[in-house]
Amino acid sequence: MISQVFILSSKGDHLIYKDFRGEAGKDAVNKFYEMVTALTGGQPPVVMKHKELHFVHIRQGGLYWVATTKADASPFTIIEFLNRLTALVKDYCGCLSEKSVQMNFALIYELLDEVVDFGYIQTTSTDILKNFIQTEAVSSKPFSLFDLSNVGLFGADTQQNKVAPSAAATRPIVSSQGEQGGKNEIFVDVIERMSVVIGANGVLMKADIEGEIRVKCYMPSCSEMRIGLNEEFSIGKSQLSGYGAAVRVDECSFHQAVRLDEFDTYRILKVCPSQGEQTVMQYQLCDDLPTAPPFRLFPSIERDSGGRLLMYLKLRCDLPPKSLSQELSSPDQSAELQPKNKAVHWEIPRFPGGAQLSALFKLEVSGLSAASLQEVGPVSLNFELPKYTSTGLQIRFLRLSPIQPGPSQRWVRYVTHSDSYTIRI
Amino acid sequence: MPYLGDEHTVRELRRALSNPNVQADHLRYRNTIHRVIRVMSQGQDVSGLYSEMVKACATVDIVQKKLVYVFLCSYASLNPELSLLVINTLRKDCSDHNPMVRSLALRNMCNLRLPGLSQYVQQPLTVGLKDKAACVRRVAVLGWAKIHSLQPNTEMGRYTHIIHSLQPNTEMDVAVVNELYGLLRDPDPVVMVNCLRALEEILQEEGGVAINKPIAHHLLNRLKLCDVWGQSEVLAVLQRYRPRGEDELFDILSLLDPALLSHHAPVMAATLRLFLSLCSTLPAVCMSALERARGPLLAAAGSTSRELRYAALCHIQLLLRSEPGLLGEHYKRFFCGYAEPPYIKQNKMQVLVELVNDDNVAMVLDELRGYCTDVNTETSQTAINAIGSIGRSYTDRCLAILTGLLGLKQEHITSAVLQTLRDLVWVCPQCGDAVCSALEGWEDNLQDSQGRGALLWLLGVYGDRVTGAPYLLEDCIDGVRSEVSAEVKTELLTATLRLFLSRPAETQDMMGRLLVYCIEEEVDMCVRDQALLYYRLLHCGIEEVRQVLQGGRRSDPSLGPLIGRPPEPISQWASIFNTLEPLTLGASTVGNSDPVTPKLSTLTPNTLTSNAEAMTPTPGDPHLPDCSSGALSLSVSPALTPEEFERLWLQLEKGACLEVCVACPVPRCSPEGLQVALQLVNIQTLAFTPPNTHPWRVYLYTHTSHISTKTPHTLILAELLHTGGEGEKEEEEEGEEEGEREEEGEKEGEGEKEGEKEEEEEGEGEKEGEEEGDKEGEEEGDGEREKEKGLLVVMRQHPGDQTALRGFLSVLTTVLHTLSTHTACTYTA
Repeated sequence: MISQVFILSSKGDHLIYKDFRGEAGKDAVNKFYEMVTALTGGQPPVVMKHKELHFVHIRQGGLYWVATTKADASPFTIIEFLNRLTALVKDYCGCLSEKSVQMNFALIYELLDEVVDFGYIQTTSTDILKNFIQTEAVSSKPFSLFDLSNVGLFGADTQQNKVAPSAAATRPIVSSQGEQGGKNEIFVDVIERMSVVIGANGVLMKADIEGEIRVKCYMPSCSEMRIGLNEEFSIGKSQLSGYGAAVRVDECSFHQAVRLDEFDTYRILKVCPSQGEQTVMQYQLCDDLPTAPPFRLFPSIERDSGGRLLMYLKLRCDLPPKSLSQELSSPDQSAELQPKNKAVHWEIPRFPGGAQLSALFKLEVSGLSAASLQEVGPVSLNFELPKYTSTGLQIRFLRLSPIQPGPSQRWVRYVTHSDSYTIRI
Repeated sequence: MPYLGDEHTVRELRRALSNPNVQADHLRYRNTIHRVIRVMSQGQDVSGLYSEMVKACATVDIVQKKLVYVFLCSYASLNPELSLLVINTLRKDCSDHNPMVRSLALRNMCNLRLPGLSQYVQQPLTVGLKDKAACVRRVAVLGWAKIHSLQPNTEMGRYTHIIHSLQPNTEMDVAVVNELYGLLRDPDPVVMVNCLRALEEILQEEGGVAINKPIAHHLLNRLKLCDVWGQSEVLAVLQRYRPRGEDELFDILSLLDPALLSHHAPVMAATLRLFLSLCSTLPAVCMSALERARGPLLAAAGSTSRELRYAALCHIQLLLRSEPGLLGEHYKRFFCGYAEPPYIKQNKMQVLVELVNDDNVAMVLDELRGYCTDVNTETSQTAINAIGSIGRSYTDRCLAILTGLLGLKQEHITSAVLQTLRDLVWVCPQCGDAVCSALEGWEDNLQDSQGRGALLWLLGVYGDRVTGAPYLLEDCIDGVRSEVSAEVKTELLTATLRLFLSRPAETQDMMGRLLVYCIEEEVDMCVRDQALLYYRLLHCGIEEVRQVLQGGRRSDPSLGPLIGRPPEPISQWASIFNTLEPLTLGASTVGNSDPVTPKLSTLTPNTLTSNAEAMTPTPGDPHLPDCSSGALSLSVSPALTPEEFERLWLQLEKGACLEVCVACPVPRCSPEGLQVALQLVNIQTLAFTPPNTHPWRVYLYTHTSHISTKTPHTLILAELLHTGGEGEKEEEEEGEEEGEREEEGEKEGEGEKEGEKEEEEEGEGEKEGEEEGDKEGEEEGDGEREKEKGLLVVMRQHPGDQTALRGFLSVLTTVLHTLSTHTACTYTA
């Protein structure tokens, strides 16, 4: 059971504070901030204890989301609850930031009130919650005074959001109800996270993919949705058949609301999406990638006669040329030295498939010796590949039944993120 | 947090709230209330507005109501009288036709936390339990739990005028409890779960809800209807249910089996925990449950939420304690991501160390090698330590990496490598050569004091094999004036003395200088005392010095088997699975590099209480001089006179007293040697019998204090007793035990197990010593068996502190082991 929930900004400002059980005083908030800022780098911060009170916190959107408990609760439950809470706040407020939490504090109090009673989690399903929070949506109009400034915030946020597709749908689910027409949308995202280690000799040492199918639904009512996956989709190692085009994952799990009666034969997921965002399927694939890793690096590191460190990096994108934007519009690359991290940051805004980029960095390093060359590396790539899944998973179709009245839009998006893409030198 | 214009804001808000124009326009009114809440959540005290807010409560606007309730619930306890006014409004709302209004009112009425509340709430709550709308029933059920939690705090005296109108609490409770048990069959799953929660709280003193067979089966059947939160809570409650027979058990298990694979970590963890508790007697089933849950656990360990990752990693570490091979082939999942925070990286490395086997060692080491140059120094140090731990089983590869790292000439890396090498050499003496060649031609100037300490220790121990050792030491000695760390200075003293033993000609001069400086000019008392001690020790003769100082250079041969820890039974950690404890234990459970503690856990029966603390390492430093046993520090001052000692000894006879038998022969050095050695670790010897007399006794004392916990100092008095073979009484006892032992020996393994059990139960020192002595005796051959009987240590303490006692014992045993180097030699040979 949860004793208190509070949200702090990174500077320690109190944004939200709710006491569910009256067991601990309000000074817990300051105590928490004191403790969390006093942590040294090596100490794991997630769970902290002060007297009888356990603080469990997560960091999302630059904020501390903290739950306190006196009982010995399940850490998984509390952490997942906090994660779910952030997701709810994101659904209702559009995005997660100090500002949006500040703006919508009344809404968040209301959410908390419905989600947790006496420290016990009641429900976190948007379907049920919308019945209670719905009234708020109507009445949030009077807050338009604040919302006026909100509009700009959300608008600006979508535009400048670099993490584009997966986060493009950043608007509150509830406000969509007010403005009918064109907003009857449903997004189905296939998001894969890649973690790859490539050895110094170019050998692929590790390649894991964690993927999920995420549905974000803005429709007020949607009875059933059928998602068709690749027909040759197979799970587990044993099923690996001779087909070259087979899409295979090691493990796969589904949201409990997903009905799988047509999955075995037709690879169709049936789900009744509730408003807001939810993950309907998660899957993993280890080591056995169907395609080559998307990026290869050919580094050469040496010392020039002037005692400078020369790094010549040649980066090649092994994706088929069409998979990314075709135009090579003199990419606005930039590079900067980050002395704090002892790193060179090379930013490539656009990188077409099949292309190759190279860069030469000359660094003045004090006390450079032959041995220090060993210290260079690894190279870590951070990227996002739109319209690409490395497992090859595709969504064949997306059907809604019954057919929605009025215009409804269905979006299917694919994206592969780099969770950690490391190339040793 | 006080803001500027605090009072001003309150005054302004009050004016706005009581302005009739504002009250008439409900949008403006609501906006004003909105502002009040905003100010409140920023941490300002707006309790002064209470009466205005009470008025604002009477409205039809639900949003306004909600806002006002947030305010009222926060400040109700400050204004109990005014709150009673609200109750009327709330009670009226409880019979509203809109279920949402009803639930809202009911919930907030119970949330007011007023002492006299229950009389007003009981009636609406009773009605609420039978409400048509599930949302009202949910609130009503938990409402009873809230009322119950308020009751113990009711100030009877002050509210007697209300009490008489009440039914006696117990009767009320019985009725409610029955009602709640009935509501477990409610069609709404959340109502059902809430009933469980409420009953758990109300019946807390009786041990929570009674789970009989029908209830258990009802809960299991309805499990699928609950959401993830409900499921994990029901699963937790079900732990108390004991199935009648195997059939029922396996029915339940197969019902739960799919939940093990749930991709919701809370459900998976709760199910696994239930499995472990249901099958505590069926280890095979537990193991297969762990295997089933492996996938979801790994998925959680790779989750997008780093906090969830951390929780999963901590629990994986628990699993590995019992089943080290469980994740061997999945080692790649624990490779660190570049952008992961250091605490996750460090956790992953600890897991990696556990997963190493012949197949993956090359890959793992390669990966760890990459982390050694991490920008974060703590991460790189953890990586280096991890390589060191792997080095205990794969020495050559690890040594190659470690010595290679020295070539980078990075301060923090070099320092960590030296410390790791020092620890590694201690456990695996065979890698001395590689270390020596790495130290050959050393010219770095380390700033880090711990690294320098390690370097000095290595130079002292391997000085005879490193050509440049005297010059390196000379540099340090020349710079001793500017040295700030006392630890380094003591290390320097010891190293110089050790080097003096092996290379006297080169060292004598500088040793003289160092001793003079430390004795004449040094301000740190510890360093000065140590220098004095060495000075006097040198006076005793070179042989004495050799015995004291070179004792420490050989490792304890009994460490060998301890490197690979045997798998623990699952029951050791099943009780903390899916609790917060593994997350707070974090780093300390893994990487137990301590030579002494594991032995202790068989020595002192009370450490066996499955307490994870018992497994945490105590001493970090393998070598003698400042062997302060981790956080424990010993000191000889204030001094005790023999008379005081005797008085205390007798006085404490009934108090904290522990008798332990250590498997250690009588040190073969002179009494003076023993005294000096013990003084090195700040244990004062007060009296001893001459050597080779029986029974041989030594009386010791020391003061302990914890550096970390700041616990008060305790005084420990101890007696070392060696009964030998001659004592008549002892002989008889021994004979008996001997017989016993032989019998046990005949029973082979079984007998030994029994013996261990007895140790645990009785907690007596004698028998354990017998066991230990037995083992040692076997190794050495029959001839020495008689003589190598253990030493009995009788300890008395004031005030009692188990950890201090354990720490003391570990220090003492280390010293004793070191002093009996002769026997150690026979082992290695």
